[in-house]
This record gives sequence, C-alpha cells and structure tokens, in this order.
Amino acid sequence: MSDWLVKAENVGVKLGGRPILQDISFELQRGQLVTLIGPNGAGKTTLVRIVLGLMTGYQGKLRRQQGLRIGYMPQKLYIEPTLPLTVRRFLSLGLTGISQPVTVAEATLAEVNVVHLLDQPVSALSGGEMQRVLLARALCRSPHLLVLDEPAQGVDVNGQAELYDLINTIRERHGCGILMVSHDLHLVMATTDEVLCLNQHICCHGKPEQVSTDPAYLALFGRKEAEALAVYTHHHNHVHGIDGDVVEDNCQHEH
Amino acid sequence: MMDFIIYALIAGLLIAVVAGPLGCFVVWRRMSYFGDTLAHAALLGVAMAILFNVHLQLAIIIACLLFAGVLLWLEKRQALSTDTLLGLIAHGTLAVALLVLSLSGNVQLNLMAFLFGDLLTVSQTDLYWIAGACLLISVLLLRYWSYFLSLTVHQELAQVEGHAVGRYYTLLVMMIALLIAVAMKIIGVLLITALLIIPAAAVRKLVSTPEQMAIGAAIAGCLSVLSGIAMSYQWDTPAGPSIVVSACALFILVSASAKVIRN
Repeated sequence: MSDWLVKAENVGVKLGGRPILQDISFELQRGQLVTLIGPNGAGKTTLVRIVLGLMTGYQGKLRRQQGLRIGYMPQKLYIEPTLPLTVRRFLSLGLTGISQPVTVAEATLAEVNVVHLLDQPVSALSGGEMQRVLLARALCRSPHLLVLDEPAQGVDVNGQAELYDLINTIRERHGCGILMVSHDLHLVMATTDEVLCLNQHICCHGKPEQVSTDPAYLALFGRKEAEALAVYTHHHNHVHGIDGDVVEDNCQHEH
Repeated sequence: MMDFIIYALIAGLLIAVVAGPLGCFVVWRRMSYFGDTLAHAALLGVAMAILFNVHLQLAIIIACLLFAGVLLWLEKRQALSTDTLLGLIAHGTLAVALLVLSLSGNVQLNLMAFLFGDLLTVSQTDLYWIAGACLLISVLLLRYWSYFLSLTVHQELAQVEGHAVGRYYTLLVMMIALLIAVAMKIIGVLLITALLIIPAAAVRKLVSTPEQMAIGAAIAGCLSVLSGIAMSYQWDTPAGPSIVVSACALFILVSASAKVIRN
C-alpha cells in the first residue's frame, strides 16, 4: 500500500466553456498537512468538492486510496430554527452504523474541548463553538483524511490560533492527512507541510517559507500581503512560544 | 355511531399520524409550496381519471408521483428557480384540470369536494388505500429516519459520509407525494399542506429533538382530526376546514401558553 491518500492527476474543470481549474496535480500523503490558498474565484471550493467526491464531470483523474474514510468540515452549517437539534444528536448523525455512538461523540467533543456543549441546541452555538463541533463531527468517524474548508471562519484572532493548534494536535495524535483551505497562511505556516497556491492552476507550491517568497505568490497576493505575512510570521512564533493559557489571560485582562 | 363517522375518524387519524413526521421534513426543508404544488397536480389526476375513465385513486397517485418526479428532474437541471418552477406546475396543472373537467361534460363531479375535501364520504375502499399508503410510509420512515434527517441537516456532509443522498431525497419526496395523493380526497387540495405543516409548527416550541417533534406533530395532528370531526358532526361544518381550524387553534394555544410559561 503506497503512502498517498489522494492523488490528483491533471484535474481540470470547465464551466460553460470557462476554465475553473486547469491541470491540477498533487499528492496528499498520510499524516501530511496541505494548505490550499488562493484568491476568491481561484477554484479552491471546486477542488475541495472534487476531492470529497461531491463533483463529477471533471477532466483528469482524482484517485483516492481504497477504503479511504474522509472527515469533512464544511465552511459553515446553517440549521433551520424549526429543526430542534442538540450537539449530541448532530454528532450521532455522523455515527450511524458505529457501535456506542454516545461514547464516541462524548470522547470526540472532549478532544476538541467542548464536551460541555453536548446537550446544547446547535442553533445556540457561537461561531467558535460551532467550528469545534463541526471539527468533532469530521473527526468522530476516525477518518484517514480530514478536509477542512476555512476552519477558522467566524472565529476571533486568539481563537483562530488555538483552533489551528488544535488541528495540528489532532493530526499528530491521529496521524491523519489534512487538506485545509485557509486564508490565514501566517497562522498555519508553522505546521503546514505543503502549500498549494491556487489560481485556476497551481501557481506555486512547496514549503510555506518558499511559497511566501515565490514570485508567483507575490504577484497574486501583492507585496503588501507578503510583507504582512513576514510580520505575522514573527508574531506567530512569538505567540507559539507562550502557551494558550497566557493568551487567554491577556484576553481576560482587557475586559 | 354511524359507519361514516367511524370511517372518517380512522382515515383522518391514519393520515394525521403519518403527516406529523413527514410534515416535520416539509417544515425543516421549507417544502410547503412543494406540497401545495403536488396537491394541485393531484387534481389533474382527477381530470385524467374522468377523461380516460380509469380508477380515480390510482390516477391521483400516478399524477402525484409523476409530477414529483418531474419536479425532482427540473430541480436537478436548475433550469429555473425552484420557486418559479413550483408556481408554474401548481397553476398549470390546476388550470388544465379545471379545463378538462369543464369540457368533459360530466359535471356531476363535485369540484368543491376535491378542493376542500369530504371526509364524511370516505368509503371502505378509500380506507384500504389510505391504510396501505400510511403503512408503507410509516415503515419507510422508521427504516430510513436517520438518513432523511442526516440529509436534511447537511446534504454534502451526509454525502461525504457515504449516504446515497439523491436516492433518499427522491424517496422522501415520493412519500410526501403518496400521502398527498391518498389524503387529497378527504382533506382537499387546498388544505393538505396545512395538515402537514401546522401540527409540526405547533409543537416546535415544546420539543428539543427531531424525534420528539415528529411524535408531537403526530399527536397534534390526531387531536386536530378528533376535534375537527367532532366540530363537523356537531355543527354540520365541512370536515376538512374544521380540522385545519382545529390545528390552527392548537398552534395558537401552544404558542400563547409557551409565552406565558416563559414569562
């Protein structure tokens, strides 16, 4: 058994004659964290949908390892207010056919530090809580590959750093591969193995430090963004040096 | 008590028990206009039955399932917005049905009975159709409940988790179409959707899980049927509207008391 989980070979998509994705090839290895960045309309969502198997009718080939279990964290979840749903029930929907779903649900919630939300209605969750519950749903089927679509959306800055730390902890603990769409390159740099910079085709790819100085990346995001990234890189290393509690203390201090 | 009242009660209760849980999905998925459209298409089934002289109930069921299929197909192709499509089919089928009925010359048919239902004319044969359909729908609901729910909460998540969402969605829509087809004769084209959504809406504030809501809606529907038929028997009011009025009263009562309790 080879080590890749998914492998794209010259994947392309055309919509109404207009190219959305062109000539995309990459491999995602077991335990590898690949971050997908790119401007709006770059085809990030389309590529994620192809990897997830939600889209057909593309050119090229997308191969998944046989028996691959994917945990998917969608960008957001809207629950109709008329639908009464507790966090417990929401998680159990992802656990059909698994024995002792309640124990698994509780353990997974504990892993993402929100076990206290078990009996809360999903519609009452805050942005940060919702993202963690969605992460738990993706995680509870013990996937080989986690696909996270902008996991830190709607989370405040301190929460974002914590969430990315948590994602990295999960990867280390479970050894699963992660494909992540994220705009926060400055926050994920330290843990990302490979960055795919997408703008319909793959502009550049490689280690985060390489990509952030790549001319194609600079052309796409502009020098200003790249410089901001350099600043953030420094900032991030700093935050990374102290542990999460200290950040929280600071927060309480201000209030 | 006379036979027709007993038949009416059994038919009404059977439909209410199934309409409760199915109606929850109609509410959760915002499909009430969808239900309306299928009910209108059912009238086209009536027209076709008269035109070609085929079995009435069978024609209604075929028309409902057929148009449910057409709607699913059009929805998939996304040729027009769903809202526009539904309006097109709802009013198109209604108009064609009325034309056919008026041209058929056989005006013996009481159109009012189809529009507003006539619970008190339920025959033993009708009862068999209703019981059969309700039994089938109940079995499917129990068997596939968590799949339907999963699909309703987040379709793509369900798909990634390996559920055949397209197939379950089609099944759910066909079940709704079947219920509308057998309920149409007694509740009426214009009131069926009410029996699907009002009981579900009435119990929403009292429940905290989807399963509680489904059972609550079934109970609320049964209460509405009982008090509607009692009203109809007592004051000789039309049964369909009486049931819907009861359901509305229940909705208001629950909403008001929920508010009082909260204060």
